[in-house]
Amino acid sequence: MTTNKLVPTFEEAVADIPDGAIIMIGNFAGPGGTPYYLISALQKQGAKNLTIVANTAGGTGLTLDYEDHKILFENRQVKKVIATFPFSTSPSRPSPAEKQILAGEVELELVPQGTLAERIRCGAAGIPAFYTPTGYGTVVAKGKEVKWFDDRPCLLERAIKADYALVRAYKADNMGNLVYRGTQRQFNPIMAMNARITIAEVDEIVEVGDIDPEAVVTAGIFVNRIVKIKEDPGFPRHLERSFRVRKG
Amino acid sequence: MKERLSREVIAMRVAKELFDGAVVNLGIGIPTLVSSFIPEGIAVIYHTENGALGFGSVVTSEEFEEKADIDLVNASGQYVTPLPGMCFFHHADSFLMIRGGHIDITVLGVIEVSEKGDLANWMFPGRGVGNIGGGMDLAFNAKRVICTTEHTTKDGRPKIVKQCSVPLTAPECVDLIVTDIAVIKVTKNGLLLQEIAPGWSAEDVQQLTEPELTVASDLKEIEL
Repeated sequence: MTTNKLVPTFEEAVADIPDGAIIMIGNFAGPGGTPYYLISALQKQGAKNLTIVANTAGGTGLTLDYEDHKILFENRQVKKVIATFPFSTSPSRPSPAEKQILAGEVELELVPQGTLAERIRCGAAGIPAFYTPTGYGTVVAKGKEVKWFDDRPCLLERAIKADYALVRAYKADNMGNLVYRGTQRQFNPIMAMNARITIAEVDEIVEVGDIDPEAVVTAGIFVNRIVKIKEDPGFPRHLERSFRVRKG
Repeated sequence: MKERLSREVIAMRVAKELFDGAVVNLGIGIPTLVSSFIPEGIAVIYHTENGALGFGSVVTSEEFEEKADIDLVNASGQYVTPLPGMCFFHHADSFLMIRGGHIDITVLGVIEVSEKGDLANWMFPGRGVGNIGGGMDLAFNAKRVICTTEHTTKDGRPKIVKQCSVPLTAPECVDLIVTDIAVIKVTKNGLLLQEIAPGWSAEDVQQLTEPELTVASDLKEIEL
């Protein structure tokens, strides 16, 4: 055993994140797959002028009113957000990010979701840019090179590279191999592969060798720090139950 | 006062467009209702942006305690149920499926749709802000784009227009428009009125539609 990536507390795991860092955060529509405890520790840590790369800018109101990276905006730690779904679906309950974006206090780069995913994947894969048809003829095309392939106009999109990724997984071993649960997976694996430092919060830590190598989603080399969640997040979640179902 | 179809009936009509084995992605709003009206004998494979294929119905409020699980949600954040054969994947693979043309049908909502099939559905009217989400990739890249909408806005203005006045989701992407009074096909020669709601005439529908409609020679009442 040459590596032990376990970090005892969330506070220690995020302690070195500097002002101005580019941070990817796993996130979709709901609390599943959002590394809330790492986000919360980052809020306490207080790093400023952050660039956040995430599907939403937090507090979009799609489901339960849950805590997420909206607390980083509330705490005025963000200068820029790269997101696909930054605004609340409920006009009467605007998100903290929304108010700051409209006031010109936070810069928004609004990106189609597939383009965001591929920019993250390409950043991880050493591909600096790629062409995609999505966005041609819309506001997304503004300022971008257009090239035609097979009779289809495409936009040149640049990869994104992050300093840190905060990801949520279900299970880890000490080497950092990760397994996810259900739709918790979403952006987490591609963000884990992208960042210079990837920090994972997980429900369970098992011995090296206890995760089936065929089942590993994120290879351990991509994960630098692992923190175990000590308490139940308090949302409906059935860890004892597999999603495996059989006919009849 | 001629009666308009309910959101459920619009969804029922859209469900008739699905076929056995189709890979289907449903947008937010009326589109999510479509899953409740899949015709008997047809099994479709649902895709969701956040990385799942082949899941089941949305968890009802009665089932909430027993079945809701934050690790099994669709793109609207609704809890869904597992089915045999379901699988999970990450976001880049999920949009590989969309961008790569592996989604047979997507059903999307509408703010405006033009006579050329330009779709605008992401910028909130009046708020000046909006969420692009996964809709743009779907509108550009799904094999077939069906959009569903009330035929007019709350204050009676046409939502089917000559040219969209709000930012586009994708140009020339819509194949079929299903509204609360009509089913309209987008063709190279403009909009073809194929079906109308009971009690409505082609002229009635035209009055509430900005661009000129061609009336299909076999125009019929919407069948469910």
